[in-house]
Amino acid sequence: MTGTIRLWSAISVFGAMALLGACEKKSPAPAPGGGGGTPAASTPGEITIGHYGSLTGAQATFGKSTDNGIKLAVKEVNAAGGVTVAGKKYTVRLVSEDTEGKPEKAGTVVTKLITKDKVVCVLGEVASSVSLQGAPVCQEYGVPMITPSSTNPDVTKVGDMIFRVCFIDPFQGEACAKFARGELKAAKVAVLFDQASAYSVGLKDEFNKAFKAAGGEIVSEQAYTQGASDFNAQLTRIRESSPDAIFIPGYYSDVTNIALQSRKLGMKMPLLGGDGWDSEELGKNAGESIEGCFYSNHYAPDQPTEEIRAFVSTYKADFGGVPDGLAALGYDGARLLFEAMGRAKSLSGTDLRDAIGQARGFKGVTGAITLNDHRDAVKNVVMVERRGGQWVFRASIEPK
Amino acid sequence: MNTSAAQLRERSRALAPGVGLSLARGVAPLVACLVLAVALQIAVRPLMGDYAAKLVLDIGVAVILAVSLTIVNGFTGQFSMGHAGFLAVGGYASGAVTYYGSLKVWGSAATHGGLLSGRPMSVDPSTLPLIGSGDLLFVGALLVGGLTAAALGLIVGLPSLRLRGDYLAIVTLGFGEIVRVCIQQTGPVIRTAAEAAQVPAWKLATSVGGALGFTGIPKYTSLFWVWLIAGITIMVAYRLKRSTYGRAFLSIREDEIASEAMGVNTTRYKVWAFVISAFFAGIAGGLFAHTLGVGLSAEAAGFLKSFDIIIMVVLGGLGSVSGAALAAMVVTLLPEWLRGKHVGPVDLSQYRLVIYALALILMMIFRPKGLLGVAELWDRSLWTSLAARLKRLAGGKGGSR
Repeated sequence: MTGTIRLWSAISVFGAMALLGACEKKSPAPAPGGGGGTPAASTPGEITIGHYGSLTGAQATFGKSTDNGIKLAVKEVNAAGGVTVAGKKYTVRLVSEDTEGKPEKAGTVVTKLITKDKVVCVLGEVASSVSLQGAPVCQEYGVPMITPSSTNPDVTKVGDMIFRVCFIDPFQGEACAKFARGELKAAKVAVLFDQASAYSVGLKDEFNKAFKAAGGEIVSEQAYTQGASDFNAQLTRIRESSPDAIFIPGYYSDVTNIALQSRKLGMKMPLLGGDGWDSEELGKNAGESIEGCFYSNHYAPDQPTEEIRAFVSTYKADFGGVPDGLAALGYDGARLLFEAMGRAKSLSGTDLRDAIGQARGFKGVTGAITLNDHRDAVKNVVMVERRGGQWVFRASIEPK
Repeated sequence: MNTSAAQLRERSRALAPGVGLSLARGVAPLVACLVLAVALQIAVRPLMGDYAAKLVLDIGVAVILAVSLTIVNGFTGQFSMGHAGFLAVGGYASGAVTYYGSLKVWGSAATHGGLLSGRPMSVDPSTLPLIGSGDLLFVGALLVGGLTAAALGLIVGLPSLRLRGDYLAIVTLGFGEIVRVCIQQTGPVIRTAAEAAQVPAWKLATSVGGALGFTGIPKYTSLFWVWLIAGITIMVAYRLKRSTYGRAFLSIREDEIASEAMGVNTTRYKVWAFVISAFFAGIAGGLFAHTLGVGLSAEAAGFLKSFDIIIMVVLGGLGSVSGAALAAMVVTLLPEWLRGKHVGPVDLSQYRLVIYALALILMMIFRPKGLLGVAELWDRSLWTSLAARLKRLAGGKGGSR
């Protein structure tokens, strides 16, 4: 009897799988914005671009925001009649694929985008560790890649096909240090960083260097590992050193816990961080605890410029909610690509690469973007402050 | 007494196969592996495309990992949760050998592969030899990776394999985490040959990228190498299962006390199983490290990766070599296959991870022995029992109506 049940269930499981397989073959039509299963190249008059990002996993909001930003840019460019490459009009199709935020998935996903979907350019990823694995594949196949928000300097060093539209960590760390010393007048700062994250370690090193150079003192340096839930030990040590501010170059999920636990320990000094803080989740979950804290970001939605106002209102209408910096960078990355396509001689990888590399003073919502010889963007860092339950623009720091 | 022993020896010699036959038996599977590997290398990419080729390659690496873990978790019944630790150690060791070896020999980390390796697309294939000089370095590096992992397996195994069950699981889990944290503490990769020449050799071994991962390793892994080694791994595991060592492993799994009573040195055999398993995991790590677009980072040693491999072994059937290989294929393909699937308006790719987990849960409820139990795909008993079941099922159905 039980044998029969087992057998039946096994058959039903495999049957269900076979059914799923059959469904794939029957519906080759590409889903808008989703991962279409079409093996064929773009239809005539259509350009396919790819995005790989963490659409699920621990940093899912990063991937989703970026994806929304890119979708918005694609929608706008298609509404305006598409892009014109060498006198011919094309509409743009986006294929987004999930990396789950795992570096080892990047190679497979990017290979799929390039060889199966035949994308002409790849956008992504947010996390530098994932971009560092996707980039060699793009370089190998000769397809340009624009990372919207990987700030680690090594990413664009992979090769001449790899670009970015965000600033790099050394400048971000330096800007935070300048802000802490100049605006906050902090003399003693403690640092709490994620030792397992290249992003966090890199930012910490640059901050320490710049802060010491500006005459400040790092009074305590504590490490944690991503995903930890108890920070009391590190925070108690930091409290003993009584700093004026704490620099936490981590991701929003950990910063939420750190903020809540530090306030419970009676620590009232402001917390400072980098663009890893940039998620609505942080304000929502940390609430009062994050009040009066600062982080460096790519843009602030309340900055008084025309581009930002227009972007924020259309984004709100499409996706609900205020776009975060990653959405803005995804939007800028895609738009810079479309602008470069307009200047490119053809859609070949090398022509597109040359066109992207020539971007000078491109007007994005995250500021004017000029790509330098290292294919990195040179642009402003914005410091935002949590005031009255909102992240508001506080200062803008110029590149050297 | 003496005469009977001599007689026995005589008889066993008479029964033993001739030199020619045993040689053929020993060499035939190797030749088969070689032919399969060459065929895959030649056929898959042109016929099925680069994406499919990448998946077939991922499957090969997963097969090596799953089959090697079967030796410990399946045959010997010891629950090791640190398999990814050996993978990472092997990967970093072999990656360091090829990366810094290339810097020393050729002055750059560019590949010097032949037709059978993962050569860059920019190179004209007609100018290439079958096996390049870099491939020899790569094979050496794989051996270094495997031996390093095996040595570590011995060091970890000797004290910890005196433990049983849950305790061993915890110790091996801890081992994986130790490897992960140690890797995170390493220094940045040295990029130029000039800089590499200035630092001592021990410093090079610790300059493997830290938390950012070891990037820049020349990419030699190809379908040929992966499936050649996967075939060898399957062959070794299967032959091991049927040898005196394998019998000892299985007896430990069935009842440790009874097997000790029968004269099996249980600790010794457990350590052997652990070392052999670690060796192949180390080689798989080497292949993993040299694959294009695969990030070798400290996360590779994390327990999540270990769980992935355990899932393959448990799914396939504890003790079944072909079952583990089959499950490695299913577990690797399932998430990729669900990518971009639609059932009506529902985009299944969003629920990929849920479906993946659900399939595992259903499996554990309805077939806790795994797909094949201890049987192998080529065992006739597996198919006759399946046929009997199907017959019974058909008959039972008719009777009830």
